[in-house]
Amino acid sequence: MERVPILKIGDILLVSIQVDMSDQTAVALQEDLAERIVATGCHGVIIDITALDIVDSFVGRMLSSIASISRVLDAETVVVGMRPAVAITLVELGLSLNGIRTALNVERGMELIAANRYHDDLDEFLDGPDAEPTASP
Amino acid sequence: MTSGVGLGRPQTQAVGSDEDVVRVRQLVRTVAVAAKLSLVDQTKVVTAASELARNTLVYGGGGSVEVAAVDNGRRPGITIVFADSGPGIADLELALTDGYTTGGGLGLGLSGARRLVDEFDIQTAPGQGTRITITKWSR
Repeated sequence: MERVPILKIGDILLVSIQVDMSDQTAVALQEDLAERIVATGCHGVIIDITALDIVDSFVGRMLSSIASISRVLDAETVVVGMRPAVAITLVELGLSLNGIRTALNVERGMELIAANRYHDDLDEFLDGPDAEPTASP
Repeated sequence: MTSGVGLGRPQTQAVGSDEDVVRVRQLVRTVAVAAKLSLVDQTKVVTAASELARNTLVYGGGGSVEVAAVDNGRRPGITIVFADSGPGIADLELALTDGYTTGGGLGLGLSGARRLVDEFDIQTAPGQGTRITITKWSR
């Protein structure tokens, strides 16, 4: 079985899916990512799907799961690089990719994560360390 | 086969593992490109094939997929047949409902695949296996 590599860049884990994943490979990626988030303490995950020429319901569900798992582990997931034909097909398939943040490319994804961390830090600073965390916009 | 003139020999891919589902996607992509489908239509038919080949594997216990380039005299297209000799589907109407699943998935495979293609035919009965034929025409 092929495995998708996970790269660490600063505070972000970057996954660039370059292969036509079997379902097993997709499940392994989900598990590998959860372990790497905990091991590295990273607060952001970027999944680059530029090279994927389809996203079916299985991969769509995997992306949603990764977003949920990383949120529980205090990391935010951004999916980047979705092709227009893939987006059109996903919507017609009926997949809404609930809870997934998207950006057009890796650079914008990194900006999105950085901006959210900044807002979180700012909220914490303004509310004081003992205050309840506020929901980010 | 479908009504109209067949083009080329159908190609068959056995479906017995995850990796075979990947091979089905690749075969369908190749034939869809040859049939001159647009990029969006290629993406739709490959996605539909991925859903249905996974069903053949997961629910049908494996089977085979036959892919053929076709022509109805006006437009070229691609026809794909998914066949298994699994348990079959007892309540077809329910199985075609968005969100209905017996396998822990999202319940979008069958209903979603039907939306992505131009023609969708399903023959199934309890204990008789399932045979699904889909066709996508170039525009």
